[in-house]
Amino acid sequence: MQITSPEFKKNARSALSDTQLQKALGHVRTGFIDKRQASVDALPEFDELRDSARAIKDHTLAHLDLYLERYEEKVKSAGGYVHWAETAEDARSVILDICRAAGARTVTKGKSMITEEIGLNEFFEKEGVRPVETDLGEYIIQLRGEHPSHIIAPAVHLNKEQVEADFRRVHDHLRPNRDLSEPESLLAEARRVLRSEYFTADVGITGANFLVAETGSSVIVTNEGNGDLTQTLPRVHVVVASIEKVVPTLEDMSQILRVLARSATGQDMSVYTTVSTGPRRPGDPDGPDEYHVVLLDNGRSSMLGTEFQDMLRCIRCGACMNHCPIYHAVGGHAYGWVYPGPMGAVLTPSLAGIDKSGHLPNASTFCGRCEAVCPMKIPLPKMMRHWREREFARGLNPATQRYGLRAWALFASRPRLYHLAASFAIPALSFFTGRRPRFRYLPFAGGWTRHRDLPAPENRTFLQQWRSRQAAKQEAQA
Amino acid sequence: MSGREAILKKVRGALGAPLDDAARAKAVRQRLAKAPTGVVPARGRLPEEERIALFRQMAEKVSATVEHVKKTGDVPNAVAAYLRSKNLPASVRMGGDERLRAMPWGRVKALETKTGPADPDDEVGVSHALAGIAETGTVALYSGVENPTTVNFLPEHHIVVVDAKDIEGDLETTLSRLKKRFGKGKMPRTLNLITGPSRSGDIEQKLLLGAHGPRALHLIVVDDGRIGNKL
Ligand code: SF4
Repeated sequence: MQITSPEFKKNARSALSDTQLQKALGHVRTGFIDKRQASVDALPEFDELRDSARAIKDHTLAHLDLYLERYEEKVKSAGGYVHWAETAEDARSVILDICRAAGARTVTKGKSMITEEIGLNEFFEKEGVRPVETDLGEYIIQLRGEHPSHIIAPAVHLNKEQVEADFRRVHDHLRPNRDLSEPESLLAEARRVLRSEYFTADVGITGANFLVAETGSSVIVTNEGNGDLTQTLPRVHVVVASIEKVVPTLEDMSQILRVLARSATGQDMSVYTTVSTGPRRPGDPDGPDEYHVVLLDNGRSSMLGTEFQDMLRCIRCGACMNHCPIYHAVGGHAYGWVYPGPMGAVLTPSLAGIDKSGHLPNASTFCGRCEAVCPMKIPLPKMMRHWREREFARGLNPATQRYGLRAWALFASRPRLYHLAASFAIPALSFFTGRRPRFRYLPFAGGWTRHRDLPAPENRTFLQQWRSRQAAKQEAQA
Repeated sequence: MSGREAILKKVRGALGAPLDDAARAKAVRQRLAKAPTGVVPARGRLPEEERIALFRQMAEKVSATVEHVKKTGDVPNAVAAYLRSKNLPASVRMGGDERLRAMPWGRVKALETKTGPADPDDEVGVSHALAGIAETGTVALYSGVENPTTVNFLPEHHIVVVDAKDIEGDLETTLSRLKKRFGKGKMPRTLNLITGPSRSGDIEQKLLLGAHGPRALHLIVVDDGRIGNKL
């Protein structure tokens, strides 16, 4: 996928004035947050489970090489194949080889962010293999030639009228005057259309939420059942997963499962948790004849041992973006690559390079909600700050920002000068607000004030207020 | 250098781990051997009667329907009654599972029972669960010679029989039951943990039942004198 993260500002600007998008984003602002809260409130042990889940991943990452070796050994002993891919390109070519060997023309796909990361669909199309996304949201955006705007709700940026228009355009073999006004009828149509695809496909590709070293199993967690049909009906099942998905045991998987669905959709458990181990066994009436796992690194090993290692605990639940005021305002596409929201702001520079990720680490108000809800307790704001520091050290941010920061540093390191300047600046700023406590317009801050007001500073500086409050307190005590 | 060696070398390098560090290897061996159980919610540790009630409550919360029958022999009648109540044709698909086969299907007149993997046209599938999991209202099913996976996903209605004595409190107990059956570190090809009927919220976050898998999940709990008439 073409990365447009350096255009974050431009992307954000057009997202803010996109009325369809703004309407659709309303569903994120309310739905996800309330549902998560309700399910967390109903489980007193939730926070203890978060600590347990974090400890499991920390232990696994510290022994990652050994768990990967053990996992591979168990997959092989169950009759499966493991392919190691250092880069996206390696992964694509291994997958293509498997498809060619199977004589595949059509490939069904369960929802997988990893195959987005390696740009598998575009690659398949170039190579003459037809990929069919089967998750409803993924199917819709595939019809539109788009990419997911959310890691668990790929089509969250769309409204039902847009989906209806796409279905009418693409499913042109169906009655033109059929009723598609409600989500129910849209879902029923997608279900019918996709049913036949499961049976035509020669290869089914899924991601994995976990790889279990103890048993050599891959685990998918879904609600629709499409992932299961994708991996059960074709002759060949290919799992594409990144190396940090491994956990030691089934018991460890269980711990993380308890925080995954609650953080993602507010369910206690997703509808289908499927643990798969190897291909069809002798005498089995169904299931794939071949079972392959493609283990992808693609930059993750270089995060180990750095200040970004904690990011590898991420279980892709989406809670951080569901609670992010920036994501609420601009949606996922503005982030310009596969992973949006706070987790994307940290991951994209790690995987695609900081010079290609531009402003992403700045796409934050540092309100800290992402870290507060992250089931794996990943310090997302801290890591965004690390990227900002690196960006600054490498001179990647624009000149105005650098000069601005330097000017600020000049004042900040000279307290007297700072207070003097602040006490002049406040009355000067009130010139722009008039009597209202918010700016509708401020010179040099048009990027902010075009879409929202800027709160005006209080009449006095913080220190002035502090001093007079302390004085009042002391007087009261005396 | 192969991809495998390159990745493992990078991982070891980044972690600063020497190739043959006995202490690390031991930590991993022990963790895998002991498979420690972590935090289990209190609701997963209830006494039998409350556990069975919680199973029902949680399953209903996720839109499954639940009914209790007294004994195994009552299952075919319950299945037939379900089909009638939903205006479904008198035909079900099931695997050759011996617990299902042992039931008196012949006693229900005009009910067709087809065995083997599911067809796209099958409307109703019947399976027998390894266990129920009370904390989440989940049923655990595994694949095998007599248990096709397609029965769990292709039909519009999925009926799952679960014995009350197999309803466990938590996922961990169910996993250890599985380990006992297959041996530690060994697994059936597919373990399905199913919690309610299939659903999607992908269009405007509106939750709809019956995405690609079954639209309805009906659970028949065989009490066998455990609950008696208390429910
Ligand atoms: S960073 Fe945390 S909250 Fe965000 S997707 Fe990953 S695990 Fe979920």
